Amino acid sequence: MISQIFILSSKGDHLIYKDFRGEESKDSINVFYEMVTALSGDQPPVVMSHKDLHFIHIRQGGLYWVASTKTNPSPFTIIEFLNRLAALTKDYCGSLSEKSVRMNFALIYELLDEMVDFGYIQTTSTDILKNFIQTEAVSSKPFSLFDLSNVGLFGAETQQSKVAPSVAASRPIMSGRGEQGGKNEIFVDVIERLSVVIGSKGVLMKADIQGEIRIKCFLPTCSEMRIGLNEELNIGKSQLKGYSSAVRVDECRFHQAVKLDEFDTFRILKVCPSQGEQTVMQYQLCDELPCAPPFQLFPSVEKDYVNRVLIFLKLRCDLPPKSTALNVSITVPVPKGSTSMSQELSSPDQTAELQPKNKALLWEIPRFPGGAQLSALFKVDVPGLSSASLLEVGPVSMSFELPKQTCTGLQIRFLRLSPTQTGLSQRWVRYVTHSDSYTIRI
Amino acid sequence: MPYFGSEEMVKELKRALSNPNVQADRLRYKNYITKVIRYMTQGLDVSALFMDMVKASATVDIVQKKLVYLYMCTYASDKPDLALLAINTLRKDCADPNPMVRGLALRNMCNFRMPGMTEYIEQPIVAGLRDKASYVRRVAVLGCAKMHSLQPNTEIDGTIVNELYALLRDPDPVVVVNCLCALEEILKDEGGVVINKPIAHHLLNRMKDLDSWAQSEVLTFLLRYHPRGDDELFDILSLLDAFLQSAHAHVAVATLRLFLHLASAHPAVQADALLRTSAPLLATCGAASRELRFAGLCHVQQVMRSQPGLFGMHYKRFFCGYSEPSYIKFRKMEILVELVNDENVALVLEELRSYCTDVSPELAQAAIAAIGRIARTYSEKCLDILTGLLALKQDHITSAVIQTFRDLVWFCPQSTAAVCQTVEACVDSPQDSEGKQALLWLLGEHGDQISSAPYVMEGYIDGLKTELSSAVKMELLTASVKMFLCRPAETQDMLGRLLHYCIAEEESDVCVRDRALLYYRLLQRGVEETRKVVTGPKSDPSMSVLTGRQEEPIRQWASTFNTLSPLAGRDLCPQTAVVSAADQPSSSAEKELLPESTDVTLSSPDDTEEEISLSLGPPLSHETFEKMWLDLEVLHRQTLGFPRPRTAPDTLQAALQLVKIQTLAFTPGDTVPWKAYIYTRSTGTLILAELLQAPGSDESLVVSVKQQPVNQHAIRVFVSILKSVLQTPNADSS
Repeated sequence: MISQIFILSSKGDHLIYKDFRGEESKDSINVFYEMVTALSGDQPPVVMSHKDLHFIHIRQGGLYWVASTKTNPSPFTIIEFLNRLAALTKDYCGSLSEKSVRMNFALIYELLDEMVDFGYIQTTSTDILKNFIQTEAVSSKPFSLFDLSNVGLFGAETQQSKVAPSVAASRPIMSGRGEQGGKNEIFVDVIERLSVVIGSKGVLMKADIQGEIRIKCFLPTCSEMRIGLNEELNIGKSQLKGYSSAVRVDECRFHQAVKLDEFDTFRILKVCPSQGEQTVMQYQLCDELPCAPPFQLFPSVEKDYVNRVLIFLKLRCDLPPKSTALNVSITVPVPKGSTSMSQELSSPDQTAELQPKNKALLWEIPRFPGGAQLSALFKVDVPGLSSASLLEVGPVSMSFELPKQTCTGLQIRFLRLSPTQTGLSQRWVRYVTHSDSYTIRI
Repeated sequence: MPYFGSEEMVKELKRALSNPNVQADRLRYKNYITKVIRYMTQGLDVSALFMDMVKASATVDIVQKKLVYLYMCTYASDKPDLALLAINTLRKDCADPNPMVRGLALRNMCNFRMPGMTEYIEQPIVAGLRDKASYVRRVAVLGCAKMHSLQPNTEIDGTIVNELYALLRDPDPVVVVNCLCALEEILKDEGGVVINKPIAHHLLNRMKDLDSWAQSEVLTFLLRYHPRGDDELFDILSLLDAFLQSAHAHVAVATLRLFLHLASAHPAVQADALLRTSAPLLATCGAASRELRFAGLCHVQQVMRSQPGLFGMHYKRFFCGYSEPSYIKFRKMEILVELVNDENVALVLEELRSYCTDVSPELAQAAIAAIGRIARTYSEKCLDILTGLLALKQDHITSAVIQTFRDLVWFCPQSTAAVCQTVEACVDSPQDSEGKQALLWLLGEHGDQISSAPYVMEGYIDGLKTELSSAVKMELLTASVKMFLCRPAETQDMLGRLLHYCIAEEESDVCVRDRALLYYRLLQRGVEETRKVVTGPKSDPSMSVLTGRQEEPIRQWASTFNTLSPLAGRDLCPQTAVVSAADQPSSSAEKELLPESTDVTLSSPDDTEEEISLSLGPPLSHETFEKMWLDLEVLHRQTLGFPRPRTAPDTLQAALQLVKIQTLAFTPGDTVPWKAYIYTRSTGTLILAELLQAPGSDESLVVSVKQQPVNQHAIRVFVSILKSVLQTPNADSS
């Protein structure tokens, strides 16, 4: 059972504090903060103990979400509960940040009051909670030029405005009662996290995809929704691969509310989404990529003169020509003691800098169209360079996101609300692949 | 955090809250109340406003009510007399037609932690238990527990306990689970809530209606239930089967724990449950939440203590992502080391090699230590990598590699020659004291194989004045004495200087001086005396590589599974951490093993008929041994005619080691039947054998031998050597 729950900012300010059992004094917050800041890098921080009080914490949105307990509970339960608390806070406040928690503290207290009683978890379902939560969210809407860019010439609707802006889903799920601002929208996101290791000769050594289908629902009530996936979706390792069009995942798991009676034959998920965000399906694919890995690197590392290393990187994006990778950043470890660097990049929007603290150089490319090839030359000055120092260059790690792209090829064929909802509701399907870890050995 | 000018602030708030104009304007009034709560959260003492807040509780605005209740619960224990004023309002709310208001009032009234509350809350709680709204019943049930915790020493109220037991049949699932929790607290002194057969079956049947939190709570309570007989047990297990694969990790893990507990007499069922849960567990290891990932990894480690092969094929899932925090990377490396086998060793080593140049020195050193652990089985490949790392000439890497070499030589004597060659070629020396100690140990222990050893040592002796660490000085003393014993001519002069410096000159550390004096007096007794005392075994006589990999029974960790202990690391031994000084041959206790075993080596060659001899050769992995054992036929079976030796397992293992027989595994202590698996090589054949002491009978050992390729002569030699070794400790003990 949980004794206290508190939320701290990264600087240690108390944002939320609720004591459920009166077993411990409020000093435990300071005890926790001292302990967590005194940890060295290699000590696991998730569970910490002070006398007979245990602290379990997660970090989300730059905040510490902490539960303290005097018993020895299941760590999975507590961690998942804290994650759920953070997710609900995000649902109700629109975004997760120190500012939004500060502005909505009354609402979060109200949530906590209903979610936990005397240290026992009561409920975390939005469907139940929404009956009890009365406080309205205060959302901080930053002014953004992006909103203006959607307005076409002379106010005409452009094609662009049909695309849901990426910030559309970050608003509170409970729009003000009586207020017309809230749109009846439902977002279905297919999110994949890619982790890849490519060996020194360009051989794919490891490839894992962790994917999920996430629904964010703003409709106050929603009847059954049918989500149709690729019909030729295969599940499991043993199945023979048919013609190349088949999409395959190793295994998948569903939210317990998902009805699967049409899944085996038609690959249709039936679900009644409750308000807020929920993951309806998780799937994974291991040891194999259905497509070519999105990036290939052709590096060459040479010793130039006495104290200089030449690093020439040629990076090819193997996505289909119409898609684009965004926010690509490439980190190349450089020999210890590197002092300065000069670079030749192929276009002005790219940047590169040397980070002596991390012994690395960082090359950033804001947009990288599919099929393109970019190259860069870095000259790194290393006083006292030896030929062995060249071994310190590598492995290269990359991070990027691929909008409108899934690596497994999983697609949503259709999204149907049945029976047809009264009033207009907008449905959005979005795909995105993130790089969880993308490493290329040199 | 008392704020500057906080008293002013409180006064101002008080003035505002009591201002009739503000009270009339609902929005402004509420704003001030919000402000009070905000200050309260920040740690400001606003208890002086209690009176005004009590007044504010009489409102129809539920949001305002909630805020005021939060305030009152916080300060009730400081201002008990004022809090009594609020009770009237609260009791009135407990009879409100709106169930939400009733529940809210009851919950908060029970949260007032002050003496004397019981008389006010008892009646509303009893009424709440029979309320028609489930929301109020949930609150009332936990209210019973709260009431009990207010007066923990009073007698337990039997009627309330009975009422709670009856409410276990409530249609609302949350009420049911709350009842369990409340009873558990109230009956704590009597051993908690009783889970008998009807209750257990009732809970099992309700499992599907519960939400995931309640499910894992109930699964934990069910740990207490003991089914009568196997039929009931298997009924329960099949009911719970689907939950093993729950999408919620906490439910899957809680179910697994219950399975392991209930099926403790059925290892096959346990193994099957572990196999089926491996997918959800692996999924948590790749979860988006780092903390969940960490919890998953810690539990995978626990499972691997009994089932090392379970995750073998998924080893790539434990490769580190570059953006992961280092505490996750450390765990993953520990797991990778355990998962190495003949097929994946190359890939795993390549992966670990890439961590060795990580920015974080701790991580790099852990990766090097991990390679060192793998080197105990696959020495050649690992030595290449480690030697390559020395070329980087980075202080922290060099130091870690040298430390790894020390441990490797200690655990895996076959690699000594290669290590000595590398150490000799290594030009730069470690700078930190840990690394220096390791290098000195290597030089002292294997000085005969490193030709430049005296010169390196001389450098250290000359630089003694600038050396700060006394641990290094102690190691230097020991190493110099050992070196003197094997290469006296080159060492005599410098050892003299060293002893002189430590004893007579400005040595401030008493320990170092005493150690030097000890060696000095020892040397005075003569070289042979010194040799007897100083030299010990050159490798670990207990061969902890093998014992370390033995599979533990599940019950050893099942009790801490799905608790905080695996995450806090209190029950886990840090295995990849650089092996500490305790493992080194500095303690004299281990040395006593040696004389006894040398006799064995001397006596055994007499039995060999020809010049056939046994050799160790490269170690076999467990998997390979198991596969070969299953494939081959028994060629020879013999009853040895005496029981198994009653010595410590370590001694037996060391004795076998000395006649070149490797022990792969044996059953611990006095378990019956006692079994051991051993193997050895001889003139091109591999001999595998099983020693078995069957219970009952005449307690005689039976040896079964398998061989590839067949060589009957070698088997005879093997059996005769084995007999002599096994009889020797027996003779000693009797």
